[in-house]
Amino acid sequence: MHRTDLVDRAGLRDDVPDFGPGDTLKVHVRVVEGNRERVQVFQGVVIRRQGGGARETFSVRKISFGVGVERTFPVHSPILARIEVITRGDVRRAKLYYLRDRIGKAAKVKEKRF
Amino acid sequence: MANKGILGRKLGMTQVFDEGNRIIPVTVIEAGPCRVVQIKTPERDGYAAVQLAFGETKSQRLSKPELGHLKAANADPTKYLAELRVVDLSGFELGQILKADVFAAGERVDVTGISKGHGFAGVMKRHNFSGQGASHGNHKKHRAPGSIGACATPARVFKGMKMAGQMGNVRTTTLNLQVVEGDAERNLLLLRGAVPGAAGGIVFVRNAVKSGVKA
Repeated sequence: MHRTDLVDRAGLRDDVPDFGPGDTLKVHVRVVEGNRERVQVFQGVVIRRQGGGARETFSVRKISFGVGVERTFPVHSPILARIEVITRGDVRRAKLYYLRDRIGKAAKVKEKRF
Repeated sequence: MANKGILGRKLGMTQVFDEGNRIIPVTVIEAGPCRVVQIKTPERDGYAAVQLAFGETKSQRLSKPELGHLKAANADPTKYLAELRVVDLSGFELGQILKADVFAAGERVDVTGISKGHGFAGVMKRHNFSGQGASHGNHKKHRAPGSIGACATPARVFKGMKMAGQMGNVRTTTLNLQVVEGDAERNLLLLRGAVPGAAGGIVFVRNAVKSGVKA
């Protein structure tokens, strides 16, 4: 047990689904506007998951109006209302940075067949 | 001058989320419980201070005079003692136990500790010098400081010239750190930012001298 675990444990979420690079997610993000709060959905492919414990993060990439957009979220962040796994991707590496250089159909991740 | 303080052990750093869901880097300190083992009064000692004891140990690790000193305050054998200069001695009594909740969230504190030792370090590591070129005919002077002064005037090297030498392993104080949480139940103190020393080192947390608030 690491010595700072006492502090970390309280901040860890237990509702994080099992997901990894290549998976397509719907990330429900809480957005605060003034004193109103609403939920925004960011849907895309997980291109990396890095770090461990309380400081673990993951990055989701999507193409929005022809422009690639990547957002990185802390896995245990309270701004995440919900994480929904849409599809499982069939990929061979942990970091899918090669998707940035691909356009159109080539930028698609194959779905995993069981 | 301080009026609150606690001894503790640095456990390491991590991060927590604040009320705005932003990430705050925090240092976790196992703070206290500290027992007040001596009260120094201006009448007897010439200044006002309280001595705090922290870190349980076995009685055979201490000398008889040390044990006797602790026994006077009814304290268990402890490894570390530190003196906290205070303005006002009221509120302190012999044998009193201070816990991490002496500091509330939002307060400003100064943290004193022994910085990490880096041994005899060159100017690049110690003073962030740039060093010299890797090529252009440089010969065995890649991490050297370069010139350290002029010639016949002043015919000496100025005092305080930045040169290679011992780096770290000195008593250092970080000023004005914000308290994120003081948890007396688990004896944990969370401070925003870094504090001197390695994890496991002893640190002395006092309320800030330059917070802008008069003690």
